[in-house]
Amino acid sequence: MSAGSRNSALVVEDLKVHFGGGSSLFGPKPTVHAVDGVSFSVPAGKTFGIVGESGSGKTTTALAIMRLVHITAGRVALGDTPIGELEGEDLRAARRQFQIVFQDPYSSLDPRKRAGEIVREPLDLMQIGTRAEREAKVAELFEQVGLRPEQRVLFPHQFSGGQRQRLGLARALSTEPDLIVCDEPVSALDVAIQAQILNLMARLQRELGLTYLFISHDLGVVQHICDEIAVMYLGQIVEQADRVTLFNNPQHPYTKALLAAVPTVHGNKRDRRNRTRLKGDPPSPVNLPTGCRFASRCPIAEVRCSKVAPPLEDRGDGHKVSCLLV
Amino acid sequence: MAELNSPDDLPAVKATHPAREMAVMFFRNYNAVFGLILLIAILLFTFVGPYIHTVDPFEMVWAPFARPGEEGFLFGTDYLGRDILSAMMAGGRVSMAIGLAAALISLIIGVTVGAFAGYYGGWIEELLMRFTEFFQVLPTLLFSMVIVALFGASLLTVTLAIGVVSWTAVARVTRSEFLRIREMEYVAAARSGSAKDGYLIFRVILPNALPPIIVQANLMVGSAILFEAALSFLGLSDPNVMSWGQVIGSNREYILDAGYAVAIPGFAIFLTVLAISLIGDGLNDALNPKLRQR
Repeated sequence: MSAGSRNSALVVEDLKVHFGGGSSLFGPKPTVHAVDGVSFSVPAGKTFGIVGESGSGKTTTALAIMRLVHITAGRVALGDTPIGELEGEDLRAARRQFQIVFQDPYSSLDPRKRAGEIVREPLDLMQIGTRAEREAKVAELFEQVGLRPEQRVLFPHQFSGGQRQRLGLARALSTEPDLIVCDEPVSALDVAIQAQILNLMARLQRELGLTYLFISHDLGVVQHICDEIAVMYLGQIVEQADRVTLFNNPQHPYTKALLAAVPTVHGNKRDRRNRTRLKGDPPSPVNLPTGCRFASRCPIAEVRCSKVAPPLEDRGDGHKVSCLLV
Repeated sequence: MAELNSPDDLPAVKATHPAREMAVMFFRNYNAVFGLILLIAILLFTFVGPYIHTVDPFEMVWAPFARPGEEGFLFGTDYLGRDILSAMMAGGRVSMAIGLAAALISLIIGVTVGAFAGYYGGWIEELLMRFTEFFQVLPTLLFSMVIVALFGASLLTVTLAIGVVSWTAVARVTRSEFLRIREMEYVAAARSGSAKDGYLIFRVILPNALPPIIVQANLMVGSAILFEAALSFLGLSDPNVMSWGQVIGSNREYILDAGYAVAIPGFAIFLTVLAISLIGDGLNDALNPKLRQR
């Protein structure tokens, strides 16, 4: 499928999400720079992955695109819809086009509602179709995600983790969205169930032409499902490339360290000895370092790295790297 | 590779409502069941009893201070020669009605204040919680006495006075539950399904916040009955309406001559509050999934 067959591509430009700030009685409150200038675009029908460690801002990016946290600055657009700027009723109406699958299949389903009701909820709230049509749509969705329609009457606690994530997918699909944001959709599941859910997601993408924004910390999962991948560190993208390039020819030292940390069953001893090991924790997102944010943990950092912030530059074929030294 | 997407085969699709499981838990708790049986017995006594024992509680039927069992008066007669058994039946109805109504009033005020404070946060929360604290620091008995003294002692003012001084606990419980639940992913999911604030508050968060609120409300019925008794004992209740507290209050001067006239309604209040507390504990255990695993 060609990239332009549907024109609802996701465009994110210089997205910033800062928490806190302002001033209180006791002086200025600290500002947490959770997402600090992130730009990328996802062609329709493709899967864009964001990887990074805890606190890198990947989930906040997802929530900002879903308009579930306040956007401090920047532009988010889905096709012709400027979803970053909509408010009130306009935003509620536009939500039909973008839906989310959450990480935790246990806390993302309302324990007091029946499965059918949970999947139908967005349709009810947006008043899409008649009651009978909605009910039929829910039955169809259950089949589509591999559940039996008669399971609609069950409550969430009667489903297994994998089945619950299928329910989450069915709910996200109910409004027939263009974009589905997947916030670590399989990281709470067993490995065998992960494969089931990933295959289901891939099949749904083929059948429905969905665009995925896939957030994960699991490089294996990202390699399996994503077309293009961005690596985030402390609120910024440090490297971005298509799947093959990123895994075969990583440039940024942080990406190299991440890839080296993936456990393997057939690595030899030499590889293990040469692997880049990172020490310490990322700096605080409150007091950001000047210069490169990775400099404090970088194995190849020079003096100038902590003075000059490296731009995210295109090194050819859309392979973008933010590093002064490579 | 074949796609593994067949659902695990369940033997039968049978929906078990969470409330049903809680009911099962409740009835396994012997203390709670004892409390429930006790409460049903008290309700039967006060609501069905008057149809069997048809003596007007205000009518002087015998000489004052007949001992319990004397002359066919099961609980004896009071200082005006009125039948205490009838007074117990009539008074129980009023006591329980006041308890229930006062708990309902404090539930409505408390849930509203707590829900809005917990959901919106920010200055709305600040304002509402400072308002709540204002009511919390007032001495409750004194404050309700002032209300009754100002507006006159009637069933309505007594009920309102009890409700108005006891809603703060509900507000705090509701707020804390809202603070916890509003961060849940299913709330974010409903929001991304374009839910409005009203839907999120009343259809998503409140149903999930109910268990501790139910427990609190239940215990409040008990404390409202005690409160009413305290007000009646101090003479701040409608003299034309019989209640357990009223029976104690009117006989208190004769406590040395006719202790039973004070002890019997006192014991009835004790039993009722005990039954309600046992039910409350049972509800708490049944509704709290963390305790349920024990």
